[in-house]
Amino acid sequence: MPRLTKDDTHPVRFTLNGRPVSVRVSPRTLLTDALRHEIGATGTHVGCEHGVCGACTVQVDGEPARACLMLAQQAEGCAIRTVEGLGKSDALTPLQEAFREHFALQCGFCTAGILMTLDALFSRQPDAEEDAIREALSGHLCRCTGYAPIVQAALAARNRIKGGPIDA
Amino acid sequence: MKDTVTEKLLGQSALRVEDPALLSGRGRYIDDLPVAAGTLALAFVRSPHGHAAIRSVDTAEATQAAGVVAVITGDDVAARTRSMTVGVKADVECWPMAVDRVRYVGEPVAMIVATDRYLAEDAADLVVVDYAVLEAVVEPVAALAEDAPVLHPSLGSNLINERSFRYGEPEAAFDAAAHRIGIDVTYPRSACTPIETYGVVASYEPGEDAYDVTANFQGPFSIHAVVARSLNVPGNRLRLRTPPESGGSFGIKQGVFPYMILAGIAARIAGAPVKWIEDRLEHLSASVSATNRQTRIEAAVTADGRITALDWDQIEDCGAHLRAPEPATLYRMHGNMTGAYDIPNMAIRNRVVLTNKTPTGLNRGFGGPQIYFALERLMDTIARHLGLDRLEVIRRNLIPAKAFPYRTASGALYDSGDYATALDRAVAEGGLAELYARRDKARAEGRRYGIGFACVVEPSVSNMGYITTVLTPEERAKAGPKNGAQATATISIDPLGSVTVKVASVPQGQGHRTVLAQVVADKFGLPLEAVRVLADVDTMRDAWSIASGNYASRFAPAVAGATEIAAARLRDKLAKVAATQLNISASDVLFEAGRIRSAGNPDNSLSFARVAATAHWSPGTLPDDVDQTMRETVYWTPPELEAPTAEDGVNSSLCHGFIFDFCGIEIDPETAEPRIDRYVTMHDCGRILHPAMVDGQVRGGFAQAVGAAFLEEYSYGADGSFQSGTLADYLLPTVMEVPEPVILHHETPSPFTPLGAKGVGEGNCMSTPVCIANAVADALAPEGDAPEIVLPVTAAKLAPLIFGDEPAPKEPVSETKTEDTAGGRKLTGEGRAVVQASREDVWRMLLDPATLDAIIPGSHGVRKVGETRFEADVTLGVGPVRGRYKADIDLSDLDPPNAVTLSGQAVGALGTGGGEGRITLTDTEDGTEIAYRYEARIGGKVASVGGRLLDGAAKVVIGEFFRALARHCGGGASSGAVARLRGLVDRIIKGGRS
Ligand code: FES
Ligand code: FES
Repeated sequence: MPRLTKDDTHPVRFTLNGRPVSVRVSPRTLLTDALRHEIGATGTHVGCEHGVCGACTVQVDGEPARACLMLAQQAEGCAIRTVEGLGKSDALTPLQEAFREHFALQCGFCTAGILMTLDALFSRQPDAEEDAIREALSGHLCRCTGYAPIVQAALAARNRIKGGPIDA
Repeated sequence: MKDTVTEKLLGQSALRVEDPALLSGRGRYIDDLPVAAGTLALAFVRSPHGHAAIRSVDTAEATQAAGVVAVITGDDVAARTRSMTVGVKADVECWPMAVDRVRYVGEPVAMIVATDRYLAEDAADLVVVDYAVLEAVVEPVAALAEDAPVLHPSLGSNLINERSFRYGEPEAAFDAAAHRIGIDVTYPRSACTPIETYGVVASYEPGEDAYDVTANFQGPFSIHAVVARSLNVPGNRLRLRTPPESGGSFGIKQGVFPYMILAGIAARIAGAPVKWIEDRLEHLSASVSATNRQTRIEAAVTADGRITALDWDQIEDCGAHLRAPEPATLYRMHGNMTGAYDIPNMAIRNRVVLTNKTPTGLNRGFGGPQIYFALERLMDTIARHLGLDRLEVIRRNLIPAKAFPYRTASGALYDSGDYATALDRAVAEGGLAELYARRDKARAEGRRYGIGFACVVEPSVSNMGYITTVLTPEERAKAGPKNGAQATATISIDPLGSVTVKVASVPQGQGHRTVLAQVVADKFGLPLEAVRVLADVDTMRDAWSIASGNYASRFAPAVAGATEIAAARLRDKLAKVAATQLNISASDVLFEAGRIRSAGNPDNSLSFARVAATAHWSPGTLPDDVDQTMRETVYWTPPELEAPTAEDGVNSSLCHGFIFDFCGIEIDPETAEPRIDRYVTMHDCGRILHPAMVDGQVRGGFAQAVGAAFLEEYSYGADGSFQSGTLADYLLPTVMEVPEPVILHHETPSPFTPLGAKGVGEGNCMSTPVCIANAVADALAPEGDAPEIVLPVTAAKLAPLIFGDEPAPKEPVSETKTEDTAGGRKLTGEGRAVVQASREDVWRMLLDPATLDAIIPGSHGVRKVGETRFEADVTLGVGPVRGRYKADIDLSDLDPPNAVTLSGQAVGALGTGGGEGRITLTDTEDGTEIAYRYEARIGGKVASVGGRLLDGAAKVVIGEFFRALARHCGGGASSGAVARLRGLVDRIIKGGRS
């Protein structure tokens, strides 16, 4: 990584949902702030900024990661995927559809992070058992739903997509 | 017109119209909205102390910092505002930013306006506040003591309001009763902590002296008046808007209003719009929490278990300021203090006290968790006392079905219910018999398993006048009556004949837009998609009332009801228009499948859009008795919500749902961890408008209640330091902790609401904590007296009850100890070190600023400012939290070269520390042994976010100090000596006992 000076902004380049982006930020800028306020991809939410709630979860090179615990500069050269990279509102993926059908969201603030975690889980493990699903979800806080509908939605999505990538 | 439109949408679990956008990252929450160019960021300087006088606020350095546009103090705010309205008659001020004195950790002391959030927060660290720390009081009972430190000197004490009530003949009932059974209950503080924090964007137009504020506020909009008054402008100079989406609230976002005032003032001073998004530490330490309460409740009970009177004594802790609408938490339940039971006599004594904790405010359940915990623990105690079956005691006291509408002793009018049937159905359909069998089996195997019950009446649609019960009847008479609960709805039809609904319900995820589309589409015979709904608010454009907003579970009963009425009125109008065009009478008009037709002749029809658009395109063709306004606004308020009577009777809410819960809980024999085996919750919320959403509300409330029962607590040190400032300290339940409850329904429609619906979202926050506590009590003590159960029920609390007190270790196992109870977050410790230098040399070094500078970890310079006084600048870190502190060190009890006491205070942006240590020096064979003993207290941000790490950190810092001293003494020593020193140092670090 090049040497960065603290009071200057520096360019950082990565792909966001498959498209190359370049943005100038100071070395201490969080990835969440770069995504939301520099690039305008506000689908990724911020609930705690200390790595506990999971609302900010994105995929970095296919792995779920807390964007609030990453500096934007650390994304240099990475493939970042966010909720905006799942299905659009008029063409939801089976995972998103399942969330809708099972009422697995209320305020929707935690939802983007949860979708990104489950999407990564099912790409790796299309036949993930309920235990694995719960394990993955245990890194997320939802204050609205009581979780049961989220688990049901995840199971329904898994059944629907078993054997194939989620949004292919 | 025939009322035979098939209602096919309402009552169905329609897919939510909100979801496609929310699922694809297109939600529009406050931090996602576009802001005007040149909008600045706002950051706060907050009190690290629970209680302190502000001697001075030095903003000089912060003002010069990069990007800073303005630094604003409490005095600057006070000069431009008025104290916020306080809901009781008391000589007390309530400022949105501290003036002269801070009264809770996190209280705003200054604010920075800068070009971005990072720079604003940098500058906040540069504001130097000189505090004179005052003694704090954090417990409500202690706050009432004669010699307690007083938060607001103008009040003279911490008791801000006291009222006593008497309904029926309570004394006579107690005299006549076979038993007087009572319990004391301590209900702790917790909060519903939405995942999205507060956010405010504000601007000020000097030419019009007008504020424009957008905030993720949730209502009630009576607060609009509080904010406008405080900003010193008429209501029409405060435009308040809410974003389309809000990331949960559960009551909490009512508490954003002081920040609306502050952001407005900041925008005015900075001359530019400002934006503030709260961070999680700010949210946990300084948004709002529910009240904690100390209650004594007694019942007069007949020999066969009938309760004839209740006697309540409640001490409500509202924190540092009584902020609007408090003390509403204490009064919202006033009408239903007898719960689900037919109890004719009651006495209530209510005291409201202030303590050095965060001010309280709306929280899901609002007052219900506190009273039902007391009432339902009492029911359990009565059954134990009389040796009766718990369910039997409940049954004997339930209000009979034929008694509805039922007037309670304190004046509520319960609308509908059949409690006994709901209970019986729950017992049968929820499988209580099987649960008993599980308990028997578990107990036979020696396991600890308990079953608990709870009965709750869930009020919804608050009477805006209930809070005036806090005033005496004379004060009320003088102030004029307050009552009602106006809900508003506007429906309009545009020139293409499509329908728009506008309500001021400010949803935070409850799917209001979907349900209203169902209501209106049904009325007009349209498909769901044909109706668009807006539920966010703009006070300059929309119909709203003081009761508007998303609280008191008022959506389904009140807002959906008002919408139903507006739709009916518009439909009547359209029916007349259609009747003329179809050449039939209005009573023959039918709305169906997008068309308006003759009931008798399906072929005689017109499209809905065509009829609906007539008023726009050809108003001249309308029948004479129809005006051309294709817009209907309804303000609906139920007549049942009357002002409190001269006898203090109050119908505090319009609707009263019923909940009966039972659960089985097992306590792990090894870890004492409690676990829910099964949970059954029966609800009567009147008519169900959307089954999936109703169950969603039940599950969500249940999950929060599970958190309150097992995990969550706002934890304060005795000095007022706040110790649960992160989501790693304030634990919310995850998917692992929340089981799926069995949800049952028994519908008795409300006769008082247009759709027959009642509120449903808050009930489990009232019923579940106490149901769990009753089960835990049963597991611990199946018969006889049960130990006091204080939430949250953690393994740490249960272990001593099960295993007995842990024996004290023979040898202290660790050199540091943490106590949360006395003197704040207190660390104590001791240790020894041997260094290769004479006593005199060590003594000299300890008193020499240059040596101290070299050996104090993180020192940036030590100055001697007096014979026995030093000042130091140090950087200290606890985990990721590093900060720079100014330390004052005093030496006392000097006994050269044998012993000295060091005492010090350190203050920095991240918090405060203080402590005392005694160092003694004794000769050894090859040098000097230094023995030390210390006591330290830590407060402010460090205590809030780093509490878990403090013990280890203190050990390391103190160890480093002596390691450096040893190095200093042994400077230039042979390698053998160095090795020996290392051994010593290791011993210091490991345990200090050589
Ligand atoms: S915002 Fe990143 S984990 Fe909470
Ligand atoms: S849906 Fe609101 S936090 Fe999960």
